[in-house]
Amino acid sequence: MWTFLIRRLLAAIPLIIVVSFITKALLVMSPGNYLDNLRLNPTISREYLASMERLYHLDSNNIFERYWYWLWPALRGDFGYSFTKTMPVWTLIGERVLNTLLLTGSAMAFSWTLAIPLGTLAAVYRNRWPDKLIGLLSFFGLSIPSVFFSLVMVLFAAKTGLFPPGGIHNQALWTSMTGWEKLIDTLWHLVLPMIVLGTIGMAQYVRQMRSEMIETLSRDYIRTARAKGLSWWRVVSKHAMGNAINPLVTLFGLSLATLLSGALLTEFVFGWPGLGNLIFDALSAKDEPLVMASVVMLVFMLIVGSLIADLLLGAIDPRIRVE
Amino acid sequence: MIALSVKTRASEVVRPAGRTPTQLFWRRLRRNRTAMFGLYVLALLYTSALFAGFLAPYSYDNAVNELSFHPPMLTTIKFFDEQGRPSRPFVYGTTQTDPQLATYQVDESRRYPIRFFVRGDSYHVLWIVKSNIHLFGVDPPARIFLLGADKFGQDVLSRILYGGQVSLSIGIVGIFISTIIGLIVGGAAGYFGGAIDFISMRAVEVLLALPGIYFILILRQLFGSGLSSTQIYVIIVIILAFIGWATEARVIRGLVLSLKENDYVVAARALGFTHWRIIVRHILPNTLSFVIVTATLSVPVYILSEVALSFLGVGIQEPEASWGNMLTAAQNARILRDFPWMLIPGVFIFVAVMAWNFLGDGLRDAADPRTLS
Repeated sequence: MWTFLIRRLLAAIPLIIVVSFITKALLVMSPGNYLDNLRLNPTISREYLASMERLYHLDSNNIFERYWYWLWPALRGDFGYSFTKTMPVWTLIGERVLNTLLLTGSAMAFSWTLAIPLGTLAAVYRNRWPDKLIGLLSFFGLSIPSVFFSLVMVLFAAKTGLFPPGGIHNQALWTSMTGWEKLIDTLWHLVLPMIVLGTIGMAQYVRQMRSEMIETLSRDYIRTARAKGLSWWRVVSKHAMGNAINPLVTLFGLSLATLLSGALLTEFVFGWPGLGNLIFDALSAKDEPLVMASVVMLVFMLIVGSLIADLLLGAIDPRIRVE
Repeated sequence: MIALSVKTRASEVVRPAGRTPTQLFWRRLRRNRTAMFGLYVLALLYTSALFAGFLAPYSYDNAVNELSFHPPMLTTIKFFDEQGRPSRPFVYGTTQTDPQLATYQVDESRRYPIRFFVRGDSYHVLWIVKSNIHLFGVDPPARIFLLGADKFGQDVLSRILYGGQVSLSIGIVGIFISTIIGLIVGGAAGYFGGAIDFISMRAVEVLLALPGIYFILILRQLFGSGLSSTQIYVIIVIILAFIGWATEARVIRGLVLSLKENDYVVAARALGFTHWRIIVRHILPNTLSFVIVTATLSVPVYILSEVALSFLGVGIQEPEASWGNMLTAAQNARILRDFPWMLIPGVFIFVAVMAWNFLGDGLRDAADPRTLS
């Protein structure tokens, strides 16, 4: 297993290098750079701008040169300072990672805890009304654009006042809150964006779970178990469920990769201070070190996600051995 | 001459009573009620976008600042006059009571009958014939805002119809281009193998590893700002097709790998046909049903990407309309609360995406003989 792990991680290196090179090349080739905004400010002297340009290596338009200036320190673990916030990029990303993980992690828990029972239910009641209802729900989740769903939720919050319409916590009262109040306040802000992301995610998994379950229920050993006199519920929960979930494990691992990347629009609408908004702002301001570090992190998550998917499948399914 | 005689003879052959796979396919699709529903909805949406100029009472950029955020009139159309007698449909005039809060009061002394085939803003029918006749409207100075007005006093319905031209067509144009690239690259990779296969599949892997929406945004930056809407439209199509072909190519390669082992391909090769002819005439047509299904199911992704770009402010720019940039106005919670009709373009996106999903699902079921149980 260790050789498998090491081999997979080594294979990821060229991928990360190519992706980061493409990103850097596109950033260099696109018109303008970070200093353009500062140039508009007459109080900043020309000499200072020129020295900044040299310091940030923005004076050359050679893609390879610029990439090297980024790659060489990065290989030694130094991803540089953010242009806009003058902080180490990992500090900035670290601040936001928890917010994003809170949102996407809870949304993922929401979608999986709903998807597995609902998918099973739909398969057991195939073509009857529970199946049709669940099918409609999953079609709804698959089709609703996250922007629109988020905006509808904000409208709901603004009209009823039951939920806060955006942000991660109550800015005005935050400092005066006790630990418990802070926790409850954050969870309160979390509900609506979590429902948006969770419903959209659930829709895909429900359909997968339903078709796997239908496949499993048609197997001989299910009939045998029934013939033995076991209750229908017991057959479904003990015999069918485990086998039907098997292929979904891969899906679960792959969904780990989207934990950090998949929520830009929802974060944007709800004003959630997560990675999506950070990366979007970095892109708008052409904050190159921040963009580069984010891209590397997202690609790394993708690789780790598919790796975990394979390892999980190997751990659950005795027929598959991870070599 | 040889080909001709073969054809004549083939037509003389008495067909067995069965149906061709294509006929079976259509029969299965027509029986699928949700898929047909999706098809009809799409036909309606695309036709109305095509004739947006005629159906919309105003042009997309016809703004009246004094009528900012005028509420929708769809529910206030009157079919009976004050005495309860049926009358020609009409609307009451409104006067703005507070320009700051954009509140309006109905003025029952002014009545405006809804007229059909009225003259108004000029437009082009199918980009060719110039015209200024609109399906319906009211006499100026009154205005009819069936779905309300936006911040600049522009008719939301008209902008939705014009915006549909952008948002709905981008999906089809984008998927068309990326499918063609996918067919060529996937076909060549699967058929020739070797270096072509290796290089193109590594490219696919890299494209699939790039972080979706962020990569689209990075690519968008490459083209800078201050572009016309037509240029931005083309750029969005190029970006989406550039990213989208990867998935198609990978799947088509897999199909071609198994198809090229078939006897008829070996026969075609033995007959000395060129590689190009074998790929295009003998192998790729067999992937067609699969390609159509994946393409249909990917259209929503393209539509949603345009919506995302325009919503984030780097896509289609005002005053041109797209369903995405119309939603930008709803980004402000106060505007959203007081003028919820700013969300209506989202309903249209939702309906369009759902219809494409219905149709795609139906096509998949119809193309897959295993579902014939």
